[in-house]
Amino acid sequence: MIPISLIQKTAETLMDKAAIEIPTDYLDGLKRAAAVEDGDLSSFVLKAMLENYEAAKQDRRAMCGDTGTPRWYVKMGNEAQIQGGPVALETALRRATANATNGVPLRPNRVHPLWRTDHNNNVGIGAPEIEYGYEPDGDWIDLITVHKGGLFGTDYRMLFPSDGIQGIKRFFLDSLVAFGKRGLACQPAIIGIGLGGCKDTCMVLGKRAACLRVVGDRNVDPRIAALEQEFTELGNSIGMGAMGFVGKSMVIDTHIEVGYCHTGAMQMSVHAFCLSSRRAVARVFADGRVEYRTDPNWFTDYQRRETVDWDLPQPAEVQP
Amino acid sequence: MREVTLSTTPTPEALADLALGDIVYLDGLMYTAREGVYMRALEEKANVPMELPSQSAANFHCSPAARINPDGSFEMGAVTATASFRFAKWLPDWLALSGAKLVIGKGGMRSTDYKEYFVPNGAIYLSTVGYGTGALLGRGVENVEAVHWHEELGLAQAMWVLKCKRMGPFIVASDMQGNCLFERENERISKNLHRVYEGTRPATLKRFGETDDKSEELI
Ligand code: SF4
Repeated sequence: MIPISLIQKTAETLMDKAAIEIPTDYLDGLKRAAAVEDGDLSSFVLKAMLENYEAAKQDRRAMCGDTGTPRWYVKMGNEAQIQGGPVALETALRRATANATNGVPLRPNRVHPLWRTDHNNNVGIGAPEIEYGYEPDGDWIDLITVHKGGLFGTDYRMLFPSDGIQGIKRFFLDSLVAFGKRGLACQPAIIGIGLGGCKDTCMVLGKRAACLRVVGDRNVDPRIAALEQEFTELGNSIGMGAMGFVGKSMVIDTHIEVGYCHTGAMQMSVHAFCLSSRRAVARVFADGRVEYRTDPNWFTDYQRRETVDWDLPQPAEVQP
Repeated sequence: MREVTLSTTPTPEALADLALGDIVYLDGLMYTAREGVYMRALEEKANVPMELPSQSAANFHCSPAARINPDGSFEMGAVTATASFRFAKWLPDWLALSGAKLVIGKGGMRSTDYKEYFVPNGAIYLSTVGYGTGALLGRGVENVEAVHWHEELGLAQAMWVLKCKRMGPFIVASDMQGNCLFERENERISKNLHRVYEGTRPATLKRFGETDDKSEELI
């Protein structure tokens, strides 16, 4: 049984880490981009960004004043048991979000869409989002927080099978040029692409591809992996860099996730995980151990399974 | 690239000396104001709770990551600008009312905005860098002097008054002639776009509001 107080305490630490500490995979990617950038304004911007991450860590202050919209991805091992059950879990995550908003401090970004009511704590109707996943083995729970920023870095297009790779490329470029002008989506970014599913699942896949995979990670399908690399190069050949200045750093990495879709369609979504690629992860075990990391490792073979069944170890009594 | 230290109540000469792409650090008082403040001051005609522009001629489009402690003191973490083009509706009246000479934000405005009401009011636009350099900018805030209208508008929309010491970096994005740094860069980039686009296939469904003209200025 995982104690609920441990979950809340861990969640608060994660909120703090996400807001302040840039994950090393993205930081290293940005350093590589800075090393080859030759646009003078773009280079200056990247240098300032690298200094900014240092300042954030030294001062323990949020790396960006817009601290995004905090959300949670929760993954549970099949044997995980949480004290108080799922309702207690959700309460703990909502409480951690509110406490950290005041504690770090984060910007209270969440308001009612119509009445603009602001609880000053990033909690409200449907906020923070809490999404779930499961894994076949284990008695642990993974808590993943993402503070996604970037009002301007998301788009969707309904494509068709006949549009093919050239249609996908076109929408990729259209999105990047639109996001990138004046740098509104704060590039260079990790770009997530969702392909297939239905409209809503396509958006979810693309967002998870951007936020839940680390720089350098490749899709297990070698042909998709090759596309990911090709798209990164394509994005960096637009001629645009940080803040929409002349340059060549738009994309730190591209991640593509797919889902089976309607036979007549090929949905596509594009998401930019901005200069503040804020994610933090912890695995909480039943015995009270907590392990922190920055790789969500969300897309396991189980998450991408294509088959009806997944082989579970059979209980002893039903085995012949 | 040239680095300049500028007062938040700058002289016309100091402003005229700035060129597109210069890097600026600011000294003096600065206030945050965005849609909430504009609506309250311009539409509801509430009295602005500061002496403008004598105390400050620097309007920051920002909501800080900050809190008000129970004892009334402030805790300021990171500060990052928000996209300015959304405020074009209020800025002509606001520049006239407030006498602001520096509008600081994200993404800049169109050159038509600069020519129509920035230049006549003797104002220029400074862009934050990155844009996510919130921690660096937060370091440049020596003190939070006051926060106004937080009860009426909430923390994110309130008018925060910040004392800046070498706060920056910012980039000069418009000049006294109303030229626009971002439009200059967009033009240079647009020239080469057709090469990257070669062979790609436009959207089969044409939706209202989409454009295929990549030379069009998109904010
Ligand atoms: S998009 Fe830019 S301003 Fe917004 S959170 Fe990301 S880095 Fe900060």
